Formats: sequence, structure tokens, C-alpha cells
Amino acid sequence: MAVIETPIADRVVAAPPPRRANWGQMIRWLLLFAGGIVMVAPLAYMLSASIKYPYELFDLNLIPKEPTFDNYREVLGDSRFARWFGNSILIATLVTISNLFFDSLVGYTLCKFRFPGRYIVFIAILSTLMIPTEMLVIPWYVMSSKFGWIDSYWGIMFPGMMTAFGTFLMKQFFETVPDDFLEAARIDGLNEFQIFWQVALPLVRPALAALAIFVFLGNWTAFIWPLIVTNSVDMYTLPVGLKSFAVEQSVDWEMVMTGAAVATLPTLIVFLIFQRFIIRGVVMAGLKG
Amino acid sequence: MSVFRDPTIEQRRIRWAWTFLALPIVFYVTIRFWPTADAFVLSFQKWNLLKPREWVGFDNYVTLWNDPVFWKVFRNTFVYLIIGTPVSLVIAFIVAWHLDKVRFLHGTIRALYFLPFMTSAVAMAWVWRWFYQPVPIGLFNNMLASLGFSQVAFLNSTSNALPAVLAPAIWAGLGFQIIIFMAGLRAIPVSYYEAAKIDGVSGLTVLWEITLPLLKPTMVFLVVFSSIGFLRIFDQVFNMTTNDPGGPLNATKPLVLLIYQTAFGGSFEMGYAAAQTVVLFLILLIVSLIQLRILRDR
Repeated sequence: MAVIETPIADRVVAAPPPRRANWGQMIRWLLLFAGGIVMVAPLAYMLSASIKYPYELFDLNLIPKEPTFDNYREVLGDSRFARWFGNSILIATLVTISNLFFDSLVGYTLCKFRFPGRYIVFIAILSTLMIPTEMLVIPWYVMSSKFGWIDSYWGIMFPGMMTAFGTFLMKQFFETVPDDFLEAARIDGLNEFQIFWQVALPLVRPALAALAIFVFLGNWTAFIWPLIVTNSVDMYTLPVGLKSFAVEQSVDWEMVMTGAAVATLPTLIVFLIFQRFIIRGVVMAGLKG
Repeated sequence: MSVFRDPTIEQRRIRWAWTFLALPIVFYVTIRFWPTADAFVLSFQKWNLLKPREWVGFDNYVTLWNDPVFWKVFRNTFVYLIIGTPVSLVIAFIVAWHLDKVRFLHGTIRALYFLPFMTSAVAMAWVWRWFYQPVPIGLFNNMLASLGFSQVAFLNSTSNALPAVLAPAIWAGLGFQIIIFMAGLRAIPVSYYEAAKIDGVSGLTVLWEITLPLLKPTMVFLVVFSSIGFLRIFDQVFNMTTNDPGGPLNATKPLVLLIYQTAFGGSFEMGYAAAQTVVLFLILLIVSLIQLRILRDR
């Protein structure tokens, strides 16, 4: 079955048309490349510091004379870091799964069903986009303390289980699924949930991927709400844990940089492996969302 | 679905729709709408989580209006916006415009610009905080020293601290904006440029008369999106100034940090903090509406 995609997102991933090489073009390339090096320099220095011994930490050389993995051994051997890492993976994964399921279910329903109240539900969900998270953290905190959700995984996760952004994104993509496909499935005797799950959802796989990237990255880097809702070291997510670790290590910059590298490397590596795919997802989400 | 004349099938479909929506409606009502209403209500109350809530009318807003720290914070929040949005959009557009014309290692260069977007703001705040340290620790001052320049106080100076905190926020967001700009550029039909070429129009005129006007929808999206981001800045500020969050002397404190400190900084002044969140909400609403207005009309 054909997969429906946006042509513009594909055009961004594809390389631009060839141009004849000339001096202007070469200077353009060199300047762009130099700019790119400047962009990744902070990341390079972070990684470089994480494999240096303290004695050469503050030298400007990127490649250490004596590289060491001692810092990583210490950080990764620190049981708290392993725990924070696990917490972040677990939370980001569960929230992403929840968003993929519910945002597409709601987006699908609002797109493919005609029923009284549909427009009101759509506008109501869309209107929540205008409410900043910071306005809700106080009521969420009060709610969490009332129900005993403070310092729990559910407490960290519940505000993000569904998002208006994801719902809107999925609704836009379900518009591209022809109604005839769904009709055919209906005639074949599938019930409405089976039609959604077996027919419609596989057709919007690229949109699901785009949503997954955004939700996962958003939750992996989320800071203010996990900071508020967690108290015990064991419940910290990676960014909150990194902050407390960095405050405690503040003079040992090689340790702080190693901690930062541990928090950053997973997403960087995932990006380098799935580059085309992720950029296409970002463009799709950005243009349609 | 006019195919289905049979009312029972139609009704069954409606029942399915509401079944699908049931849990999400509960979610949006309890986790979005009710808390929003509660924040507004709380902004007219005095409450420290221990004693019962007490109605105080507009007291919280009056206190806020008379608080010099609030005005300092209000100013900072807009400085983040007024520097952050134009600087990042201009850089992103220039890079996107040129990158769009480059083929050799196109994907690699794009990846270099995009990588910072994949990082966590907390981690990068600490990396940049290290760069900003004085000699002999900080990278920037070490570079300046090795080139023979005098040191610059970045995070310790009331005038330099805000731009220093803003820089990593701009840096991390550039990749996203470049990608979106390139998508906008690719969406412009090639025939427009060919027509301009035939008419012998110069490069700058093409940029001004064809590219920029046709990029307007992209521009509107990016301006609103990045403005909201800069008005809500928190992670970078909080992590780069942990000794005195928002310091020195409140020079870097944005509104979200003030809200955080009022609500969770020890005294739990929930009502007062709620009033601050209402102000944040109004700022975001007004700024977005003004930008949509101006950019759509032009």
C-alpha cells in the first residue's frame, strides 16, 4: 500500500539541483562549512573535555594528548546516573507511545467522522495550544500533591500524555487518507477501531514517526515540570539529575562535561543514524503542525 | 458519508466517535481546562498550600504592579524576545538561502547546523557556562587571552550576562529554523526564478521581490514560534546562574524564572505566582496576535 508523504518534506531531504562550480560557489561553500564547524564546536569541546585529564582540560586543543575514559567510567558507574538515564528513557518512551496512540485516535476521529459537536471538540483542543505550560504547573502541582502523584513516574508523565499539537498534526495527515480506503474496509466487515488501527494508521506512518521524534525529544529534554514534581534523587530525570550533579561537581568541569555528554550523546547518535528521516519528520511537523 | 442512509449505522458511527473521544475529553478537561481556570481563580487568592485559600481580589496584581523586580523581569523577558527572534531568524535565513544553493556535502553541512537542536538545553547551559568562565578555566577567555585581548566578564556582569545566556538559546534553535526556511525556499516554484532570469532581474531584486514575499507563511510561523520560545526562556537561565538564579542582580531573570521562584522557591506564594502566570499568558497572547496581524497584513 502506498505511503502518503508531503512532497516538500522530501524536497528538503533531497539534495538541491547541481550548479556549475565556480569561485563564488566555492567561497559560499567554504563559508557555510566554516559556519557549520562553529555550530558544532561547543559539542566538540564538550566531548573533548569529557575525555581529558584535569591537567589539560583548559588547553584549547581539541584532541587530548592523553585521552582517557576515566570520566565516563566514573559518571556511568555512578548509580544515580544510570537511574536518571533509565527514568528518562522510560518516561519519554511511555509518553511517546501514549501520544502516538491518543493523538492519532483523536485526530482520526475529528477528521473522518461527522457527528454533532465535532467542531466544538476540535476548537476546544486546538485552543489549548495557546495556554503556556508554565501557567498550568501550579495547578498540576496542587493536583499532584492532592492525589499523591508527587515524586512518581505518573506525576512526571501525566501532563504530556496527549498534546493538541500532535492531535492537530495527525488530523492534517489523516486528511490525505482517501475515504474510499476506509469504506472498502467497512464493507469488508471491519469495525471502526479495526479500520483505524489496521487501515488508516499504517498509511500515516511518516507522520507518526515525525510526531514520535518531537514528543520523545521534548520529553527527553523536559526540565521545568520534572524539576518541580520530583523530590528524591531516584526519581529525577536526566536533565534534573544533570543539574544537581553539575551543581555538586561545579569545580570539576571535566565531570560536568562528561555528564552533559552522557545526556546529549544518545540523541546526537540517533540523529546521525536517522538524519534524513529525522529532518523530514521535523519539516513535516513544522509545516503541518 | 452519504452512502449510509441507514440511521442505525450512522448512529453506530457516532457512538464510535464518542467512544474514541471519551478518554481524551476527560484528559483535556481535567489536565488542561480545569487547571487553566484554576490558575485564573488562584490569581485572585492568597494561598501558601498550608492555610485555606483566601480571596484577595486584585491584591496579587497590585503587588506585582508595585514590585520593581517584576518590572525588571518584564523588561528582561522582552529583551530576550527583541534580540533573540530577529538575530536567530536573520542568521537562519542567510544560512538557509546559501545552503539551498550548495550541493557538495549538502547533507553533512545541514547536519552540522542541525545537531545543536538535538541537545538538551540543560546540558548545553552547563557547557556554555564553562566556556564563559574567567581565565584560566573558560574557553572564550582563554581564547581571548591567547590572542592578546583582555578578559571579558560574561556571566558576572550585569550588562553581558543576558546576551551570554541568550546565545546558547539562539544557537540551539538555529538548526530548526534553517530546515524550515529551506522547506519554504524549496516550495517556491522554479518558474518564478526562471521568469526573473529571462527578464534580467538582479539577484538582490529577486530576493526582495520574489523570495521574501513568497516566504511570508514560513516567516510568520517562525517568528511566532521562536518568539514564544524566547518569551518562555527558563532552562538556560536557571542552569547558567544556579548560584543566584536570574542574577547577577536579576539581570538575566525572565518571567518564567520569577514564577518558579515565587511558587516553588521556598515560600509557596501560589496565588501571587498564579497572577504572574496570567501575565505571562497575556504577554504570549498579545505578542502572537500582534505578530500575526502585522505579518499577515503586509
